[in-house]
Amino acid sequence: MNTLARRRSNFLIWVWTVFVLIVVYLPIACGALASLSKGRYFGFPIRAFSTEWWGKTVDSIEIGMIVRTSIALALIVTVLSVIIATFGALAFARYDWKGRRLFQKLIILPIFFPQPVLGLALLLGFSAAGIQTSWVTAIFAHLVWIAPVVTLVIAIQVYGFDPSLEEAAFDLGCSRWQVTREVTLPLLWPGIWSGMLFAFLLSWSNFPLSLYTTGADSTIPEWLYAKMVAGYTPMVPALGTMATLGAAAVLLAGGLAGWIARRRQTA
Amino acid sequence: MAEVAAIGGMELGGEPVRRQRMLSLGARCALPVAVLLGLGFVAPIVAIFGYAFATPRSFAVFRSFTLENFAEIFDPTNTVWLSFAWSGGFALFTVAILAVIAYPIAYGLNRVFGRWSSLVSVLFVFPLFVSENVRLYGWVLFWIKNGVLDGSLKWLGLGGGPEVLYTPAATLFGLVYTYLPFMLFPMTLGLSLVPRDLVDAARDLGAGRLHIWREIELPLAMPGIMIGILLTFVLAIGATAEAKILGGQSVIVISHDIEIAFTYSQNWPLGSALAVVVTAFIAALTLFLLGKLDLDRMLGRR
Repeated sequence: MNTLARRRSNFLIWVWTVFVLIVVYLPIACGALASLSKGRYFGFPIRAFSTEWWGKTVDSIEIGMIVRTSIALALIVTVLSVIIATFGALAFARYDWKGRRLFQKLIILPIFFPQPVLGLALLLGFSAAGIQTSWVTAIFAHLVWIAPVVTLVIAIQVYGFDPSLEEAAFDLGCSRWQVTREVTLPLLWPGIWSGMLFAFLLSWSNFPLSLYTTGADSTIPEWLYAKMVAGYTPMVPALGTMATLGAAAVLLAGGLAGWIARRRQTA
Repeated sequence: MAEVAAIGGMELGGEPVRRQRMLSLGARCALPVAVLLGLGFVAPIVAIFGYAFATPRSFAVFRSFTLENFAEIFDPTNTVWLSFAWSGGFALFTVAILAVIAYPIAYGLNRVFGRWSSLVSVLFVFPLFVSENVRLYGWVLFWIKNGVLDGSLKWLGLGGGPEVLYTPAATLFGLVYTYLPFMLFPMTLGLSLVPRDLVDAARDLGAGRLHIWREIELPLAMPGIMIGILLTFVLAIGATAEAKILGGQSVIVISHDIEIAFTYSQNWPLGSALAVVVTAFIAALTLFLLGKLDLDRMLGRR
């Protein structure tokens, strides 16, 4: 095939991708614009900009509590899901054991399950077991969905890892604990690190599971939804934009830290 | 799943040979996830099944058995079938539109973008970490009267923008928007399984572009594309936020019906019966298609 036609089609693919990316980020930009406009009601073009609503959002005691709940929830979910998922990923990709194929299929099912229905099912389960829902029960609910996702993320790393390295360490007389600490974990570290980022950010942004399982407590997405339904206040786009920037900061910092660690390893 | 782990765990005892220890280690590693999903996924679904057969408008779970809830759902005078139809229709259109939108991008990520492809991937992943409420609300601000689109058009003197907000079309738009990454990434993975030399060889032998696409690219990328189709279809069937925020509840989707039964009408047995129907449908579809896929090959070959 001639290169001219190829170059033209590659160009069109670039144009399409950039267009879709602009559409993907358009609503996030709209939210940011709305949060920076002065006045109680949103109108476009924006007549006057101000950081008034950002200030009000930061000063709000109620929002402060909600942000703390969201952060605590996301951190605990991250730690627990990464521990569970690292073992899960080894079972998924590393070891040959009876029932592995079935395990692989079943672990994917929660990801394919509609989250609003899963949230309701969990609420039903909690009430049947006589457990009062609060943000602590939401940890469990988030884990049910996030641990399988993180398992897949880490499993991809496990596939690329050479089991003979572990066996060599065993043959040289290392104990199981030494092998885990000195060989297995360092090799899996990039996968575990991305798994941690996924876990934190997916918990941070989750709405359907939190809605039914946090009880009287509230997370950022829940608070935003409650205010959206009740009518417009510029604090909604303001907090939404802050949450987005927070997620971007975590992703950037995490990506940077991973990159530095990898460079130091190879250097 | 707990059973599977238990069966594997039986091989634990004794001082095993290396080979045997591999067997038991795998099961032992699977145990934490298995317990978590047993308690957090299987048990709630069992609870839902229990409620689905309980007396309507009661909380007599596992103490009464009746098919009344299912009779009510399948009663032709009931309009629940309409919610099913809307959800199914939305899901089908979402899948079809996303397949067309995502294919060129997935192709680009594999063949065109080169060293830029990881940046492009990250840019497509990031919205997953922004609550879908926030993103859908951004679209409300975009489409609403005096919003970003309407306001800009007026400012340019072109009259107002179109009124699409709070219609089924807006819901469909929201679904396509929200689930793009779930089509894009499996598709990218699928296309990465197509060996390049095979395409080159076909080209050298004189195959046309369409021919290569139909005979080589599409069949070899099919496992990934199927996962993308399945994932977006299933997630779109269960979605509620799009219909609520962008659709303005102009149409009630099935998950919303389930929610209504659980919240406003306090009829948990009816809500559970609806959830059982949705779950059975999704499980049948998912297990059928997943049974045909080899996950080791898909995730392992990078």
